[in-house]
Amino acid sequence: MEIHSEQTVFRELPRVKAASTPNALTLCFHCGTPCRDGARALQEKAFCCHGCLTVFELLTANGLTDFYNLAENAGVRVKPGVDQFAFVDAPTVRERLVNFSDGAVSKVTFRIPAIHCIACVWLLENLFRLKEGIGQSQVQFPRKEVAITFDNSKVKLSEVVSLLASLGYEPDLKFSDLESAKTPISRRLWMQLGIAGFAFGNIMLLSISSYLGLDDWGNLNLKKLFGFISFALALPVFFYSASDYWKAAWISTRRKLLTIEVPIAIGIVALFGQSVYEVFSGRGEGYFDSLCGLLFFLLCGKLFQQKTFDRLAFDRDFKSFFPLSATRKIGGSEERAALSQLAIGDRLLVRNGELIPADARLISGPALIDYSFVTGEAEPSARNPENYLYAGGRQIGGVIEVEIVKAVSQSYLTSLWNQEVFSKEKPETLHTLTNVFSYRFTKIVLTIAFASALFWSFVDPGRAVKSFVAVLIVACPCALALAAPFALGTAQRAFARRNAFLKNASVIEKLAVVNSIVFDKTGTLTAAGAGSVSFHGEPLTFLEQGWIHSLTRQSTHPYSMRISELFSGESTDPIRSLREIIGCGMEGLISGNEIWIGSAAWLESRGVATEKSFGSSVHVAINGKYRGRFDLTSALRAGTDKLLRNLSANYELALLSGDNEKERVRFTELFGESASLHFNQSPLHKFEFVEQLRCPGKTVMMVGDGLNDAGALKKSDVGVAVVENISAFSPASDIILNAKMVSHLGEVLRFSKSSVRVVKLSFLVSTMYNIVGISIAASGNLSPVVCAILMPVSSISIVAFACGATTWLGNRIFHHCSAEKNDQHPETGENKVSLLAASPTQLVEAA
Amino acid sequence: MTVILLLIPLSILIASIFLFAFIWAVRSGQYEDTCTPSMRLLTDEDRRASKIKNSENKQQS
Repeated sequence: MEIHSEQTVFRELPRVKAASTPNALTLCFHCGTPCRDGARALQEKAFCCHGCLTVFELLTANGLTDFYNLAENAGVRVKPGVDQFAFVDAPTVRERLVNFSDGAVSKVTFRIPAIHCIACVWLLENLFRLKEGIGQSQVQFPRKEVAITFDNSKVKLSEVVSLLASLGYEPDLKFSDLESAKTPISRRLWMQLGIAGFAFGNIMLLSISSYLGLDDWGNLNLKKLFGFISFALALPVFFYSASDYWKAAWISTRRKLLTIEVPIAIGIVALFGQSVYEVFSGRGEGYFDSLCGLLFFLLCGKLFQQKTFDRLAFDRDFKSFFPLSATRKIGGSEERAALSQLAIGDRLLVRNGELIPADARLISGPALIDYSFVTGEAEPSARNPENYLYAGGRQIGGVIEVEIVKAVSQSYLTSLWNQEVFSKEKPETLHTLTNVFSYRFTKIVLTIAFASALFWSFVDPGRAVKSFVAVLIVACPCALALAAPFALGTAQRAFARRNAFLKNASVIEKLAVVNSIVFDKTGTLTAAGAGSVSFHGEPLTFLEQGWIHSLTRQSTHPYSMRISELFSGESTDPIRSLREIIGCGMEGLISGNEIWIGSAAWLESRGVATEKSFGSSVHVAINGKYRGRFDLTSALRAGTDKLLRNLSANYELALLSGDNEKERVRFTELFGESASLHFNQSPLHKFEFVEQLRCPGKTVMMVGDGLNDAGALKKSDVGVAVVENISAFSPASDIILNAKMVSHLGEVLRFSKSSVRVVKLSFLVSTMYNIVGISIAASGNLSPVVCAILMPVSSISIVAFACGATTWLGNRIFHHCSAEKNDQHPETGENKVSLLAASPTQLVEAA
Repeated sequence: MTVILLLIPLSILIASIFLFAFIWAVRSGQYEDTCTPSMRLLTDEDRRASKIKNSENKQQS
């Protein structure tokens, strides 16, 4: 990085106080989040933090300020404290990450969830300007990937990763990346589609003359010529483009099932056979145009499905729960080591907010472990040295030192994952709408074909075979095969725009028949970290409020943080003899006043009589006298009460919580009397509850957020994982739902019902087309013209109907949701929704 | 009208050239990502300039 002399001017900058009036929040010039404490200013531009300012300086110094012209507040907030990537240079790790290396030049592909707009693409493709040795970099926007080519001798892999992280584009390096290989992309579909389209167009051009009866021109036998050319063009289509249908139909018939591919295969064979006969015997022009048209439309449908899948597919493996590296203590120094390099007996340092990667023993440091994701227990638990710490817990507070007791792969968590109950894959269901319909369809069509053949064999034997084949030809399963993919695919995309990501389109069909809903409590219905805090006792004086605010600000305990937010004034007097006792409380001396804030048990042990309270509360004593208590309730997500009321009318509801009974009364009120509420549920209990609930007639939807519901999510018919941050880990589920959408669960269910209705209507329309077509065919009057017109018309009209109706319904049902999405969230400044692509990694909260 | 016997095969030949061009494009991976090039288009001028600078850097080093 070129250091200019102006750099020195940037060093000492005034801290900017946040705007005093609530409406005039200044937004960071770089990333758009509101500037609070710690804001910086430069050249009349405000920045929310030192990180953003640093990036701004870096871009300015290298002439890359166009970044800010390409998109508003396009920057990504840099995560503080993530700067150690030396471990990626270790040969074992490096090998897995790098795509190829030929000695001098290496190419590496990273997944960067923070990519969200055109400015990101531009900046990442101009990476070479920021570091000598980096060559070309290419972004793949839909997959949020960047492929960087760099010179080994000039720059190390860790330096590349550091550069990306310093810009805010930290690559997503997960444990699982080092184990699985990336799957290659299929180009076959494009080839098949291209060839089918080519043949379709050209054969149609040639066929026009025969439709208009103009192919008998003088003594030229154009009919025969065109027939042969059409045959030649249709050959690759029949063998190459239709190959997937042959395979699928063969597999289906072997299993004695009648999926949609069977009638399609029958239709193709009938078309091809009849056409070959007609052309080679000189009796007609054949139906090659309809054949190629049929395949072209079918493949278009497949491509649409594939594109939807590529854009929206997510595969959340349990392994991606873990970070890639941990800080290891070797001798007296620290180093960052990949998880795969850790061994039993290693000493690790776990900082505030970091995960404990393996079962370990606490060596030193005040440990306050948040197991909410693993067990569902909302309150963090304090641990003492020599206590056993389970993998998956998150440390809150200072740095602790732990010693690994079990290998990462053998920790409690991993053994839980590997348990039969958690790892059983859901069986692929063949009872989709399309397959059920195609089953009936095939039977009816075959019956009619045989019946008409039988009929004509008595009346006019010449027509018998012709009508048989004609019925098979015209009974177009094309529309059937297109209705569901297009309607449900459009619905899937509509869901994705509203931050509900479905694993595949068939989830919608299951959603439409759900009649029983099971909710998890912590993190699903309640929002972590937020909530109401109320004070009970004699009103606190302004001075006392200031003391409590200063004291609680010093702690990272979630309760302390919420209490400190209650009061805004900061005491000007310094705090003396501040002490925080993990699991008990904190004390400090301000202006000669002794302030104790903590649990009832702790205050009692110091001789202060406290009030009895239900639920979580933090008690305050000043100068040895009891002052009052703060009652903290976990906040219900906005709109939950309305949601539960609406749902209880039509669905059977249940609540499973890993937390204790303290909130039973409150939730009985919300859920109604008929719902069943269960507390103190372990992951296994939750799994068993869902298992026992599922029975014929009941379709169960489970809504949860953490590993503790993973088994239940898998066991249910539809598993919904609620996440705050889309790109963060969430267990394998059928749907990933952004936390903001939980209150709109009712609309989600309604929309899926409507989409299924659209599919059924499309089937109805297609049936009508078929009735018309089959009646013409059964009478033995089918001509290529009729076929060539009927088939594209029915396909296109059904596709248009399916897509249009679904989009319209989506807009109608969700109209108030989309309005919210584009508003700037006051807390997070999350308004960086890219309208260029809807993808699960879109709404990354980089802070 | 017999010229049509020449024209039809000729037109099919020309059309095949385009088909082969399509096949080549698919094979060279141009259809893998149809989204990002549309975004790159809006910033193209800078990239052309930058490519030159990049190759200059490469030449110097």
